[in-house]
Amino acid sequence: MSDITQLENELLAAIASAKDEAGLEAVRVAALGKSGSVSALLKTLGAMTPDERKVQGPAINGLKERVGAAIATAKDALGSSALDARLNSETVDVTLPVREAPTETGRVHPISQVTDELTAIFADMGFAVAEGPDIETDDYNFTKLNFPEGHPAREMHDTFYFPQKPDGSRLLLRTHTSPVQVRTMLTQTPPIRVIIPGRTYRSDSDQTHTPMFHQVEGLVIDKGSHLGHLKWILEEFCKAFFEVDQVKMRFRPSFFPFTEPSLEVDIQCRRDKGEIRFGEGEDWLEILGCGMVHPNVLKNCGLDPAEYRGFAWGMGIDRIAMLKYGMNDLRAFFEADVRWLAHYGFRPLDFPTLAGGLSS
Amino acid sequence: MKFTLPWLKEHLDTDEPLAAIVDKLTMIGLEVERVEDKAALLKPFVIANVISAEKHPNADRLRVCMVDIGDGKPIQVVCGAPNARAGMKGVFSAPGTFIPGKNITLAVGTIRGVESRGMLCSAGELMISDNHDGIIELPADAPVGKSYVEWAGVSEPVIEINLTPNRPDCAGVNGIARDLGATAIGAFKDKVPKPVKGTFPCPVKVTRDFGATASLCPAFGLRLVKGVKNGPSPDWLQKRLTAIGLRPINALVDITNFITFDRGRPLHVFDAAKVHGNLTVRRAHNGETLLALDGKTYTLDQAMCVIADERCVESLAGIMGGEATGCSETTTDVLIESALWDAVNIAQTGRKLGVNSDARYRFERGVDSNFMLPGLELATQMVLDLCGGSPSEIVVAGDPSPKEAVIDFPLNELPRLAGLKLPLPDVRRVLEKLGFFAAGQGDRVKIAVPSWRPDVHGRADIVEELVRIVGVDQVPSTPFPRGDDAPKAVLTPIQNRTRKAKRALATRAMVEAVTWSFVSKREAELFGGGSAALALANPIAAELSDMRPSLLPGLIMAAQRNADCGSADVALFEVGQIFKGDLPQDQFTAAGGVRRGLAKASGIGRHWSSKAEPADAFDAKADAFAVLAGAGAPMQALQVVPGGPAWFHPGRSGTIQIGPQNVLGAFGELHPRALAALKAEGPLVAFEVILENIPEPKAKATRAKPVLELSPFQPVERDFAFVVDASVKAADIVRAAQGADKKLIVGVTVFDVYEGKGIDPGKKSIAIAVTMQPRDKTMTDAEIDALAANIVAEVRKKTGGVLRA
Repeated sequence: MSDITQLENELLAAIASAKDEAGLEAVRVAALGKSGSVSALLKTLGAMTPDERKVQGPAINGLKERVGAAIATAKDALGSSALDARLNSETVDVTLPVREAPTETGRVHPISQVTDELTAIFADMGFAVAEGPDIETDDYNFTKLNFPEGHPAREMHDTFYFPQKPDGSRLLLRTHTSPVQVRTMLTQTPPIRVIIPGRTYRSDSDQTHTPMFHQVEGLVIDKGSHLGHLKWILEEFCKAFFEVDQVKMRFRPSFFPFTEPSLEVDIQCRRDKGEIRFGEGEDWLEILGCGMVHPNVLKNCGLDPAEYRGFAWGMGIDRIAMLKYGMNDLRAFFEADVRWLAHYGFRPLDFPTLAGGLSS
Repeated sequence: MKFTLPWLKEHLDTDEPLAAIVDKLTMIGLEVERVEDKAALLKPFVIANVISAEKHPNADRLRVCMVDIGDGKPIQVVCGAPNARAGMKGVFSAPGTFIPGKNITLAVGTIRGVESRGMLCSAGELMISDNHDGIIELPADAPVGKSYVEWAGVSEPVIEINLTPNRPDCAGVNGIARDLGATAIGAFKDKVPKPVKGTFPCPVKVTRDFGATASLCPAFGLRLVKGVKNGPSPDWLQKRLTAIGLRPINALVDITNFITFDRGRPLHVFDAAKVHGNLTVRRAHNGETLLALDGKTYTLDQAMCVIADERCVESLAGIMGGEATGCSETTTDVLIESALWDAVNIAQTGRKLGVNSDARYRFERGVDSNFMLPGLELATQMVLDLCGGSPSEIVVAGDPSPKEAVIDFPLNELPRLAGLKLPLPDVRRVLEKLGFFAAGQGDRVKIAVPSWRPDVHGRADIVEELVRIVGVDQVPSTPFPRGDDAPKAVLTPIQNRTRKAKRALATRAMVEAVTWSFVSKREAELFGGGSAALALANPIAAELSDMRPSLLPGLIMAAQRNADCGSADVALFEVGQIFKGDLPQDQFTAAGGVRRGLAKASGIGRHWSSKAEPADAFDAKADAFAVLAGAGAPMQALQVVPGGPAWFHPGRSGTIQIGPQNVLGAFGELHPRALAALKAEGPLVAFEVILENIPEPKAKATRAKPVLELSPFQPVERDFAFVVDASVKAADIVRAAQGADKKLIVGVTVFDVYEGKGIDPGKKSIAIAVTMQPRDKTMTDAEIDALAANIVAEVRKKTGGVLRA
C-alpha cells in the first residue's frame, strides 16, 4: 500500500469519526490546511521529475479531491443533524389562542346595515338618497303635508317641541321623515326619485315604541307614475329586502293626511315560535303605509297637481330590521349593550350588495 | 268602532258569511281589528243540572256537587260559589275547556283532597259580564245538555274596526253598511227616519251666544217630550248595547247611545224638570265647573263650549252631559238635544280635560250635518215607542244645512292616478251606491258629495273611493323602469363619508352604538351645549331633555352601563347627528368613539401575547385618523396640536385641524372631572370628528391615478437619536428632519421615545429613522454624511435637540 493510499484511508477514517463540525474542521485543516498532510504532499510535486510528476500528480490531486468531497459530504450531514437537534429544542404551543381579527369583533349596528341594504336596493331602481335636519318647522313637518290645524299629531303629547320663539313660532323634532319630501320638492325639479332614511321622534315609549326611531320614505314625482307603479316598486322591494322569490302583499285603503288615495300594506307570512317567514303562511303583517301624493301637498310645494303627480311610502327601518333579523324589543336598539350588538350587529366587511346578496 | 253582525244586518241585506264580510271590510279601508265570536269561543259550555251539593269534607266554604249534563252520568265538581245548591241549573265546562275570563284551560283537579272533573261557571268566567259573584243561575226550564250560548242567544259575533279619522260616517253602523252595500257583498237598507209631528211649542228656548268670538256651534236642535215613563230599556236594546261593551242605564239614555252607534249621531237627553229656564250655548267662563255624568268634576275655561241654563253649566257641549240634569227612572219630561259642534274645538277640549266619550269620538271627526234633525226625529220616535209621552215641536238655533260640494271629475283621472280603467257606468254605480250623485255623460262628470263625507274634497278623493270599492287588487302592478340613463352614484359626499366612517371604525374592533339624540341638561352642558334653544319644551324624561352637542356623553354612559353589566373593556362608536344650534346648518354629522379599559384596537381584553395595557390617547388618535382617512380627508394636511376641549385631559389630548380655522376634531383621555360629573369610571379615551369639516377633494376629470415613479436606486435609511427638552414635540423633530432636504428625504418615522436613566431629568430622547431616496444616481458615503449632518443641524436649529451620545 502506497503512502498516498494509506494517508487517504487515515483521513477518511478521521472524517468519518469527526463528531461535530469543529472536529471535522480540525481534520480539514490537518489535511488541506496550509501545513496539512495533503498540502505537504502537493508541495513535493515541485521537486519531482516530469515523469514522476506525471504519475504522482494525478494521484495526489485525486487524493485532495476525494478528501475534500468526503469532508463536504460529512459537513452537510453534521450540519443537517445539528439543525435537526436545534429544531427539536425549538417548539411553541401552537394550541395557544390567537387574537381574533378586529374585523371579526367589530360590529356595524343593524340600523346602519339595513339602511345600506335599502340604499343598495333603491339605488338599483334609480333612487337617490335625500336627507334633512332633525329639527324642523311646524310648516314643513305638518302644514305643507296637509295636516289640518288641530290634528292630534300636533299636540304636545305626541310631538317634541322646542321653546316658543319671540315671533310665536316653535320648532319641533320631526315626527316623520316626510318634511324631507317637502324640502326635496321645493328644491328639485321633477322627475324626482329619492329615498329618505333618518331619525324621527315621537313622545312615546314601550316595547315597540321609543322616543327616537328610524324611518325610510320613498318619493317619486313625475308626469307618468301611478298606483300600479307604486305597487310594483313595493313588491320588488319586499322580495329584494326579505330575500325571497315571492311575496304576497295586500294593499288596503287607509288614511294619511299627505296621500290620496292612501294605502296600508300587509305582507303575508308564517309566524312560528317567534320566527317570521315571508313568502308563505296565512298571517298578514302590516309593514308600511303609502299612497299617491296629496294634491294639496304638491300645491304646497310649488307643483301643479294637474301636471305632476307621484307617490310616496314610509316604513320603520327599525321595524323592518326586527322583522328580517328577528329582534323582538325595539328598546334594545338604543341601549348600546355590547352583548346585543355582538349578536345582532354585522361584521364590518359584510357590506350589503345586490351582487353578493344583501345579507350573505 | 264596534258592532255585531246582526246589528249590521239591520242595515245590510246579505247572506255572506262572517269571514267574507270581515275580509271585505278590511279591503275597503275599514280595517277589522278584532272579531269576537263568542259562539265559537263558548261552544263547549253546556247547561247542567246540579243534582246534589254537599259540604266539602275538608273545607267549610266549598261544596262537592254532582252535576248532570243530560247523559245520565253525574259528574263530580268541587265548587266554591255561595249560590251552588241542589236543584239549580247552571253552566258547566268540562276538563280541556278554555275559560276566557281566566285565560286558562281547565284540567281535572283535586281540591282539598276531593277530585273535581269540571267547573260550574260565573258570567265573568265566560266574559259575558263583569259579574264574578257566584255561578250563573238559569231558569228551571233551561234544557240540560244544550249549548249555553245557543240557548241564551249571546252568540252574536262582535266586529271591531280600526276607524281612520277621515271617516266619521262609519262611526255609525248604517255608514258601514252603506260602504259594504257599494260592493257585491250585500245591499244597503237606507232607513230614513220619518218626522214626528210636535203637538205643542217647545217651552225651552235656545240661544247661541258667542259674543264677538267665533261660533263653536253651527246649529242646535231641541225638543221636549213630556209624560214619558222611563225605566229599563227592552231586551233587544240592552242586548245591542251590552254586546259592544256599553252598560244599559235606562231607556232614555240607552236610546241616545243606540243612535250614536247606529247612525253615528250623538244626542243628549236632559231631565226637563231639572233644567232651569232657557238654554244658552256659549263659551265656558274660566273656572266654571261641571259635575259630569262620569262622576268627575271638570274645571272649564273659555276655550270650551258648554250648554248652560239660567242657573249654571249643565252640559259639556258635544262631549258629556252633566249629572244634575241627567235622566233617571223618575224622569217624566225629557229634552232631547241634537246639535252640531266645531270639530277642532271638541278635540281640543276633550284632550285638555282628558275625557273620551262616544260623542266626542264622533263630533271631533265631523258628524253629518244633514242628519242633525233626522237624528232628533229618530230619537223622538224611539222615545215615544219605548217610553210614551207627547212631543213638542222642534226648536232650531242656527242652520244645519250643509255646504254643497261638487267635484268636476275627468274620467281619465282614475287611470292617471291609479292606473285603473273603469267604464262610466261602473264609476256611476259605485259612486251612487256610496251616496254620491254623478251628472253628465262625457269624459267629464260633475259629482255631488254627500253631506256625511266631509273627507271628500277633490278628484284624488274620488279616485280613492273608486279604487277602494273596486279593490286595490284590481290595480295592475306595473313595472317602473329605472330609466335610460346609466347608473350613477346616488349618495352625497356626506352620506358616503358616513358609511365609510362606520365601516372604518368597525374594522378597528369597535362596536357601533346608536344612542339617543337627546341627553340630560347636565350632559349637554358638560360637552359644550345646553343652550335654551336646544332644550325640549316637553321632554319624555329628564335625562332626555336637550339635543346632544356631542356623541361623547351618550357613548360614555353606554360604556359605563356595559361595565356595570360585566363588560369592562368596551370600544363603542357612533356616527350620527349633533346639534350646535336649531337651524339646519347647525346640525352636523359627527363620528365619535370611546375605548374603556383594555379595549385596544389590536385586541380587546387581556391576552397572553402582550402585556395588558389600557387603551390610551394614541388608540383614540388612531381611531380618529382611521375615520378621517376612511372619509377621504387630506391626511398630509392634518395638524395635531396639544390640548382639546374642556372635557379632555389637558395634557393627554390633541386637536386635529387644517389650520386654526378648520378644526376637524379632537382625541385623548377624558377629563377625570367630566367623568366624575357623569358618574362614569375611567380612564376612558375618546375621539370625535366632524365629517362636514373635511374639505371636499377637488373634482377630477379622470379617475386615473398619477403615474407611479419607482426609483431604480437603493433607498438609504439612517437612524438618529436626539436628546431634547421634554416639552419638545415629536412632530417638530420630524418636520425639521424632513426640511433638511425635501427632495431626497421621503420618510421620517419615530421609532423610539425614551425618558429615564441615562437621560438628564427634564429631557427625553427621540429616535427617528430617515429614509433617503436618490432619484438619478446612487448616493456616495460623503453625500450621505453631508445630508446626515444637515439633518442634525436642522433638528438642533428648530428644536434645540442634540445627537444622543
